[in-house]
This record gives sequence, structure tokens and C-alpha cells, in this order.
Amino acid sequence: MQIVTDIREPLVTGNKTIHDITEDISKRVEESPTRSWWIFFTLSLVALFSGGWFMGDMLWTGIGRWGLNRTVQWAWDITNFVWWVGIGHAGTLISAILLLFRQKWRTSINRAAEAMTIFAVICAAIWPLTHMGRIWVGMYWVFPLPNAFGSLWVNFNSPLLWDVFAISTYFSVSLVFWYMGLVPDFATIRDRAVNRFPRFAYGLLSFGWVGGAKTWMHYEAMSLILAGLSTPLVLSVHTIVSMDFATSVIPGWHTTIFPPYFVAGAIFSGFAMVLTLMLVTRKVYRLEHYITLEHIEMMNIIILVTGSIVGIAYTTEFFIAWYSQVEYESYAFINRATGQYWWSYWAMMTCNVISPQLFWFKRIRTSIVMTFVLSIVVNIGMWFERFVIIVTSLHRDYLPSSWGYFTPTLWDIMCYFFSFGVFFTFFFLFAKYFPVINMAEVKSVLKNSDAKVYKRRDTIKDTNNVI
Amino acid sequence: MSNQHQHAAETDKHYLLGIYNDEDVLLEAVEHVRGKGVKIYEVFTPYPIHGLEHALGYDRSFMPRAAFGFGALGNLCAIAMQSLIMGVDWPMIIGGKSFIAIPNFIPVIFECTVLFAAFGMVGTFLATNSLYPHKVPRIFDRRSTDDKHVMAIDLAKNTLSEADIRSILLESGVERHTDANGVEHVGVKQRNFTDEENKGSFIRYLADLIANGVTSSNRALKTSN
Repeated sequence: MQIVTDIREPLVTGNKTIHDITEDISKRVEESPTRSWWIFFTLSLVALFSGGWFMGDMLWTGIGRWGLNRTVQWAWDITNFVWWVGIGHAGTLISAILLLFRQKWRTSINRAAEAMTIFAVICAAIWPLTHMGRIWVGMYWVFPLPNAFGSLWVNFNSPLLWDVFAISTYFSVSLVFWYMGLVPDFATIRDRAVNRFPRFAYGLLSFGWVGGAKTWMHYEAMSLILAGLSTPLVLSVHTIVSMDFATSVIPGWHTTIFPPYFVAGAIFSGFAMVLTLMLVTRKVYRLEHYITLEHIEMMNIIILVTGSIVGIAYTTEFFIAWYSQVEYESYAFINRATGQYWWSYWAMMTCNVISPQLFWFKRIRTSIVMTFVLSIVVNIGMWFERFVIIVTSLHRDYLPSSWGYFTPTLWDIMCYFFSFGVFFTFFFLFAKYFPVINMAEVKSVLKNSDAKVYKRRDTIKDTNNVI
Repeated sequence: MSNQHQHAAETDKHYLLGIYNDEDVLLEAVEHVRGKGVKIYEVFTPYPIHGLEHALGYDRSFMPRAAFGFGALGNLCAIAMQSLIMGVDWPMIIGGKSFIAIPNFIPVIFECTVLFAAFGMVGTFLATNSLYPHKVPRIFDRRSTDDKHVMAIDLAKNTLSEADIRSILLESGVERHTDANGVEHVGVKQRNFTDEENKGSFIRYLADLIANGVTSSNRALKTSN
């Protein structure tokens, strides 16, 4: 029962009724997995186990398996960490910031984007833990726990410790936000279940939800506050990640522009990853009526905006390196563009600055194929951005005798591959067993309320204040 | 109390349900029913409906206050933790900074504030709405998590007779449809919960689920009125 207005495109197309939404989304959970799902899931498991074998070998033998040397002590590990954390920013941005701005188009993509956030943060957390060499110490050295070293505590002056708090808070708050959004939908699936096990499992997951008006009232207030809390949180996380670099004294890292530039880059890469995943999910699950071309266009516009911010940041960095007249700083930047790693710098510039500019053309930003290709290009570019920042700043030390070059080993590559295995295994399990679209929220945006009905109601006195 | 329910066991519950198709009709119906002096037990909806809490006359949610309280607690805990660790228990000179270097503590203070506020508020929400994994839901109509809005009226809490409430519901815009056999269905029905159903034992629910599966009565509710 959808009322179509002339003013704007409906958020859900195809004249869906509320019951159709329940059917379309719940069916994906209820039916047995399709062939394509099994193929993709098997590929993810292959990545997980083959990468996992190398990861296990690296943990057993030590991080000497990686191509790190005395000069370049951080390379792919921290590059992968920052890359995955950046990807993990889009979900909360979509669910929190767009909720605060009342952008109702977010409703059909927020669930999968939040799931992606959580899995990306898990993948990110692998790297700081493993780069310590001994993963077990990473579990307790980083937290302020009473310990056997004469109660020698963690250092709260260090941005690396702020990062521990930022990432763990971000992960747990995102997880709670995501789960609370899932509870009403689990109840829908529970009430439709015809077999014992789904009734039992979704019954447990749904926490006995029945959707009373009072519960919904508290729920709505809670969602809004969680969004309000997550908004500064999501900005703080990548700000603090950037401080891992910005508070150091390494030329190329020691720049005040890092926090906003990292946040913009995070949103940029996160939206690109959301698009990559959503375009596939949309196709496989036939969700074209829920994730419409308008959604894709909106997200491409955000990619265009954040990509341009990132481009300006790169230019500003270069300008300031010259303008500050600090010799080391200008050398670091000239070396990035023309030194041994010139290819990574120009890969970054091409993928991040030039390619998103194609989205100025409406034909490109509404083309599914181009969106898919560019979303992958953007993520390649964002990986190179972190690689450029980390490796090119390190490989030319203050003393020319310490200059070095980093080459990845098979373990670098396969450990990175392992994190893809983790990510996609989680994502495909989520896409099969959890409702990929937030049914309750999509139902609430289905109908544009009829003005005539509003005018007859007593509790809304102010007619301008509806919705 | 209406006379016809005096004979029932005291702990059983008797509700009259009004089932609606449309959120705007529901909002009008809530005002209509309350205007006639009927007390509504609760309205179950598949998605949040703005203005329903006003129409039902609920107080504002206390979630903001819970979030603020827990956030303030987290803030103070983070200040105390860092000051005690860095300034009292084991002071160390790091980069010539003062032992209690407040600007350096701000990121962790912020993160702890958010962490406590979010978890405290969600915990408050779950506790006050008694939502927990082994909760056995008291489902009035299975379709209320799909596409129907269900208004439940507790007959024992109302002074009007069941017949009066039924006629008030019938004129409030409940859903009506004619099935394939030409029988008209009207969205007003009675729902009773036995004492056992009201208490909702998880063990009994699980035993019943294993023994009987998802029973036919559960499915029938999905299609019938």
C-alpha cells in the first residue's frame, strides 16, 4: 500500500506491501542456501584456511616471516589494519549519522553496512595483535590490568593505547547497535518459523520481542541516542588511528591534517566496500526493489565528495611540505612521488583522486557496472594510500646508511588473504542466516502518510510538525 | 468488572483484540477507543509508529536520562582510572609531561563515556522491557510482527462490558476482508491466556517445542482472523 508522490522517487519500488517486505527478506533466511551461496562460501573458506595456514606459521615462527626489516618495521600489517578500520567506518556512518540527518534512504542498506563494519573491525583487530609477534601478550598487555610487573601500567599518554580504547569501544558499541536493530526482525522470523530449530534459535535471538508500543517508544529513543553517541565515536576512531602517526616525529607522518583527512578517507573506502558488497547481495538475493538505483547514486555522491576531500588533503600535504620549508618534510613528499615507491604513490593518486571524479557524470554514477568497478578501484587506491604513508615515510631514515626497501614475502600476502577469508566467511554467514535488510525500518518508510488522515487526528495539533 | 468473566480462573487473562491494516487508521482508532473511555492494555505493531506513544498517552522515554547517567559514570571512572594509574600508583616521567596530563587523557575519557552510556542504556532498555534470551513471548497475534497492528484491551481492567467494547472496536476501522468462500472476516477477536501462558516458563516452552514442534495452532493464526 504505497502512496507514490510526484515529489520524489519512492524509497522502495515495485509497489511492495508491508507483507511483501516480510516475505522477500524472511524467505532468504528460511530457504536453503543457493548454489551461488555455497560457491562463494566455499571460496571464503578456502581463503580462510589457506591464509590461516600461513598466519599460523607466522605466529609459530615469528614475524620474521614477513618482509619487515630494521628500517621498515611497519608495513603491510599496519597498512592492512588502517585499511580495514577505514572500511569499518561506513556502517556506523550510514546507520548513525544518516539517522541523525533523517536520511530515510539509509534504511535498506544500514543492516548489511553495519554487519560489514563489525566484520571489518574484527579483520582490523587481527593486525595490531599479530604484529606484536606474540599474540597472547596482545590480549592483556594492552589493557590496564593488574599484572606481574610490579603493577607497571599501560601508558595513557600514548596514542597507541588510545587506539585500543577507541577500537574496542567502537567494536562493542557497533555490535550492540547492530544487534538491537536485529531483535525486531528476529521476532518476525521466529513468528513465521515452521520448524523446531528455527523457532528455538530465532526465539533466543529475538529476546522475546513482541513489539508493544511502549517498547517501541523506548527503542526509538535508544536508537536515536546510540546514533548520537556513535557519531562522535566513529569520527574519534579514525582520528585516533591517524594520531598513531601524527603524534610521532617521522617526516610524512607528523602532520596536523591527518585526523580529518583520515576520517574522510575512511568514509570514502567504507562506502566503496559497502557498494561492492551491496551490488553483489542485491543481485544474488534479487533485492533490486529495496536497493534501488537511487541508493547507489546517493552512495556514489558520497564517494565523490569524500574522494574530493581526500584529493584536497593530498594536495594540501604537498603544499605544506614545501611551504613549511622543513627540509626533511619536503624530501619525504618529493620522495613519495618520485622515489623508489613512485608507483604506489601514483596508483594511489589515480585510484583515489582521479577515478572518483568520473562520478560527476550521472550516467556513470547510475551505472551498476561502473559503480562496481570503481568501488573496487577506490579500495585498491585506499590500500595504497596507507602503504604510501607508512612505508615511504619509513624507508628513508634520517641516516642514509639506514635506508632500506620493503618487499613483501608470501607470508605478507597470505596473511592479508587470511583477513579476506575472515571477512567474507562472516559476511556470507550473515547474509544467509540473518535478515540482510532491516524489515522494521523499511516498513516504516514504505508509506508516505496521507495528509488528510493527519488533519483529522487530535493528538497532532501542529499540522506542520508531522513526521 | 464485566459479569461474563467472573467465572474464569482469577489468574487467567482475557483480552479483546482489534486488528488494523494501516498505521493512520490505527492512530485514529486509538484516539477513538480511548475517547470512549476504554483503557488500552497495549498496541503491538510491526514497526515503530510516530505519534502512537502520544495517542496512547505514554510518558516520555527515560532512555536519555539513563544514557546521561551511565555516560557521566563512565566519564568519572575514566578520569579516576587514569589519574590513579598515571599519577598515584606508579608515576613515571614520559616526555617531560606532568603525571596527570589531562589533555592526553581526553581520548580515553571520551571512549569510556560512550562505552558506559551505550551499554548502560541498552542494559536499562532490556531490563525495563524484560527482554532476555530465554524470554517466552506472550504473542497476542502472530501477524503483529508481520503487517498487522494489534490493539489489546484487557477486559478485566475495563468497566465497560465486552459487547460494548466490541462495538466500539468495530466502528474504529478494524480490518475487514472477504475470503475466497465469501465469508467476511472482521478484525476483532478474543485472546485468552491461561495462567501457565502468563508465567511463560522457558523449560516448559522448550519441552513443548520438542514434543509438539511448531504446533498447528501457531500456524493457523497466521492466516485466519
